[in-house]
Amino acid sequence: MFKYFEPNKIFAVTSKAPKYVLFLFIVILSIGLAEALILSPEDYKQSHSVRIMYVHVPAAWICLGIFSSITFLSVVGYIFKIRNFFLISKSLAPSGFVFNIIAIVTGSIWGKPTWGTWWAWDARITSMLIMALFYLLYLISWRIYENNDKVFKVTSIITILGIINVPIVKYSVDWWNTLHQPASVNILSQSSIHISMLYPLLIMTAAFALFSLLIFLMKYNTELIKIKNKGLDRL
Amino acid sequence: MYGNKVKLRFFFIFLVFLILSLTAFLILKSLEENVVYFQSPTDVKSLAEIEKNKIRIGGMVKNNSIFIEEKELKFIVTDFENEINVIYTGVIPNLFSEGKGVVAEGFLKDRSLFLATKILAKHDENYMPPEVKAALKEK
Repeated sequence: MFKYFEPNKIFAVTSKAPKYVLFLFIVILSIGLAEALILSPEDYKQSHSVRIMYVHVPAAWICLGIFSSITFLSVVGYIFKIRNFFLISKSLAPSGFVFNIIAIVTGSIWGKPTWGTWWAWDARITSMLIMALFYLLYLISWRIYENNDKVFKVTSIITILGIINVPIVKYSVDWWNTLHQPASVNILSQSSIHISMLYPLLIMTAAFALFSLLIFLMKYNTELIKIKNKGLDRL
Repeated sequence: MYGNKVKLRFFFIFLVFLILSLTAFLILKSLEENVVYFQSPTDVKSLAEIEKNKIRIGGMVKNNSIFIEEKELKFIVTDFENEINVIYTGVIPNLFSEGKGVVAEGFLKDRSLFLATKILAKHDENYMPPEVKAALKEK
């Protein structure tokens, strides 16, 4: 029913990859942290608390990116019955969830000195919380329906429900009055962040993306080993 | 090219997505008043009747409008069309200043007077080092 793929061939590559990714991650993270914490200037308004942004924004980006990828893979996997896509989604989810929590927590830490409150029920913050709940729902459903074909349907539906929330997260600051400020980094229009602050931000984003890749590879390898242990050379 | 089952599954997913998006849109549209975190002075001006419950208003702190009298802080919130006078007693966030965004929580006395119980500084999307800001000011 599901398309076959050969875990052995994939495993030959993915089992060797983590150490290189880890090395690259440490290098990029060191550069990123040095830039973000020491070399980059303080902000004219918020002074040093701007440095929280170098963790907060990349975490939020990666979190949104991973949820979109999971949805895409799950939907295509469901339509064409590709089991491998579901395993990739399953392995991607934990780091997306972790970055979601990091984005919320660092946002809260930044909000206290800047806004004067830890938490506000504004559209951006609330939709990020809803996103964390969707991640949780997704992860729990894998636990519940493990080794059951139902898991493919259930997780696909959860991702479709959750993907509706993604544009809401992105555009909440433009559609409604929110306490959270609108996006500073824009691809199509002029960014309102100074170039000396944009570089560390992009380096940190690369570092976090590598971290996600690392966690993904480790999770994915575990999945492949599980399949091997079942004595199946084809899934 | 693809089997009928594949087409059916595609159509199924498409319909689910369409229905959910429309539902989400309708819910958000009808809840718009609650989704917005604060109302602008213009929104307050166009209120049919003065809201008795606690509300939030937001906008820019008008330049040269901050006055501190004993323990009271008075300032004007503007959205460059309408203005509201705000009176507040309590802790002021560090980033609260003239020409910057603010959100005030409290009660409307009348259409141009707001008694705040809490104020939050709203940060804008501009990030730059102090030197750049100084250079911009000189221009």
